[in-house]
Amino acid sequence: MSAPTADVPALLSLRGVNKSFGAVHVLQDVDFDAHAGQVTALVGDNGAGKSTLIKGIAGIYGFDHGGYVFDGEHVTVSNPKQANALGIEVVYQDLALCDNLDIVHNLFLGREVTKAGRLDEATMERRAKETLAGLSVRTVKSIRQQVASLSGGQRQTVAIARSVLWNSKVVILDEPTAALGVAQTEQVLKLVRRLADNGLAVVLISHNLNDVFEVADRISVLYLGRCVAQVVASDVTRNQVVELITSGRSGDLGLGAAAALAASPDTATDPTGPLNAVEAS
Amino acid sequence: MTAVATPPASEQIVEPQLGVGDAVRDYVDRVRGGDVGSLPAVLGLTALTIVFSVMRPDTFTNAFNFANLINQASAVIVIAMGLVFVLLLGEIDLSAGFTAGTSGAVMAIVVTRQDRPWPLAVLAGLVTGAVIGACIGLLVAKLGIPSFVVTLALFLGLQGVLLKLIGEGGTIPMRDETLLELNNGTLPVGLGWVLVVGVVLAYAAVSVRRAQTRRAGGLHADALSVVLGKVLVLAVLLAAATAYLSQERSRNPAVTSIKGMPVVIVLLLVLLVALNFVLGRTSFGRHVYAVGGNAEAARRSGINVQRIRLSCFVISSTMAAVAGLLLASRNNSISPTTGGAETLLYAVGAAVIGGTSLFGGKGKMLDAVLGGLVIAVIINGMGLLNQPSSVVFMVTGVVLLVAASVDALSRKRAAATGRV
Repeated sequence: MSAPTADVPALLSLRGVNKSFGAVHVLQDVDFDAHAGQVTALVGDNGAGKSTLIKGIAGIYGFDHGGYVFDGEHVTVSNPKQANALGIEVVYQDLALCDNLDIVHNLFLGREVTKAGRLDEATMERRAKETLAGLSVRTVKSIRQQVASLSGGQRQTVAIARSVLWNSKVVILDEPTAALGVAQTEQVLKLVRRLADNGLAVVLISHNLNDVFEVADRISVLYLGRCVAQVVASDVTRNQVVELITSGRSGDLGLGAAAALAASPDTATDPTGPLNAVEAS
Repeated sequence: MTAVATPPASEQIVEPQLGVGDAVRDYVDRVRGGDVGSLPAVLGLTALTIVFSVMRPDTFTNAFNFANLINQASAVIVIAMGLVFVLLLGEIDLSAGFTAGTSGAVMAIVVTRQDRPWPLAVLAGLVTGAVIGACIGLLVAKLGIPSFVVTLALFLGLQGVLLKLIGEGGTIPMRDETLLELNNGTLPVGLGWVLVVGVVLAYAAVSVRRAQTRRAGGLHADALSVVLGKVLVLAVLLAAATAYLSQERSRNPAVTSIKGMPVVIVLLLVLLVALNFVLGRTSFGRHVYAVGGNAEAARRSGINVQRIRLSCFVISSTMAAVAGLLLASRNNSISPTTGGAETLLYAVGAAVIGGTSLFGGKGKMLDAVLGGLVIAVIINGMGLLNQPSSVVFMVTGVVLLVAASVDALSRKRAAATGRV
């Protein structure tokens, strides 16, 4: 794991972004950074705002207000095409592959290479091969086999390979190991590491702290729509991260005690809520 | 590519060059794995031909009947070709038969009642088909009504339109020599041979060039022996059929001479090659398969799913209009039952017998042709055996069921071996 250096400017920076759905304030003044060549894990409990955050980054909907800085420039991203143009790709949890097409077809789906109106199969197959080889993928027998015949890990590999085919700079992976066995998880995590080593900024969303500590250089914790900590992975322990996820603070990390209490949804109605939060810290 | 460095050669997935033996073994593997393709249709066609040839050696196998069979099958084959697009999406078009009838009626009206030149009539018919397709497509793609319901409604409605168009009198005669020639006439023998040689040479050139491009790019390519083998098989089949059709087959050659390839074969060939190209070699065709396989994945890949759906229904109905032309040409007229009765069901049956899946995502243009021939051979052969309609319908039903069972079984097998 390459040692993260704090002075490297982030490739993607969000500053104080907010997003509301009606009366629900899902993201509150969230700061988030992703650095080139590093894996940034985005963790948080269900409903903490992880999905909202990545959908905002990917341009599926715009943030209400806040700064979106990409490669040092202030940009506006309000639809997926703009995000793709910047080089931001998302691999969603349900992989969005077509079972009845082969690996090459899936890699180039929607962005086929054509020559004089005809599909340029030879070029696509060559680039697919190069990409898979560049990611050191050796587990697939033939890139002309149908995706239906692949294992879960191989499918994830194809989905990830598709995201790096297009000069992408930021790859966001939504729970890539959620449905995988031990060996396949290992395979995919190695691939995630390799993406970062190839110079991409990787954002990994995961509930599994084993995975997070295995590959992540940095960890960002969301708690009830706030970013409570952006830390270097080697500086924190697993317990601290668990506390940050569940209560928003851990020692001198995270929200101040008062803020954590105020943020807790239980404060108003359930008198045991704040007590629990205090006990956990 | 900035993100991914080109790897050293040793890391590339190496695919060896394969010979004829490997190609055959590969094919056997695929069939055993459940990817039967159009094999059942080919086997069925062969079996049926042998059975009828043995039972009616005098009438079934003569050249007159062979040409006749192609003329009979042409309309069903053309409707089935259009239906393949719709079936690939996992949709259905029940109205294709009466779209054929309605479009045919429009052509007959323009050319006979209004006495205008035939190209104008054909254009009017095709536009009628395209408009019907666009209506279905808009209702299915934009409003989200199931295609079964939309096309069922049109199936009923278009029958009424057809009756209205025909009006008093019961039929609209078709009296244009050129249009009648289309599904009745024959090509001069010499021209038929020129055509066959041209097709074989073109196929050989395309295959060899593709293999060369792939090999130049360092990719797996069929060995020259495999390519030449395929060309040889095609050449033998086409030459045999042409030689057969070049015989004199008039019952009374002194009065009229009938020999040569039916004109409609040229039309079928052009449609087969063109639509095969669209499905297999263009982005549009790839997107059709993608939408049929996983519409959500297609949408997220930036494919305009609604546009693909709309286009497929337009293609299907336009092909039905072409079939309407063939029906009118064959029968010399359009009647209220043109394209009705079993026409559509035969066409759906043809596509399915050929190997197109009703669940979407799987099927080829050639399926429609092979399946259409299977159905035509059954109807024609049973007719020559002097079987009543009751038996013909029952046998056709059984054949369709067998084909559907083969599809279902191969699907199970495919799921077990990880193919779709």
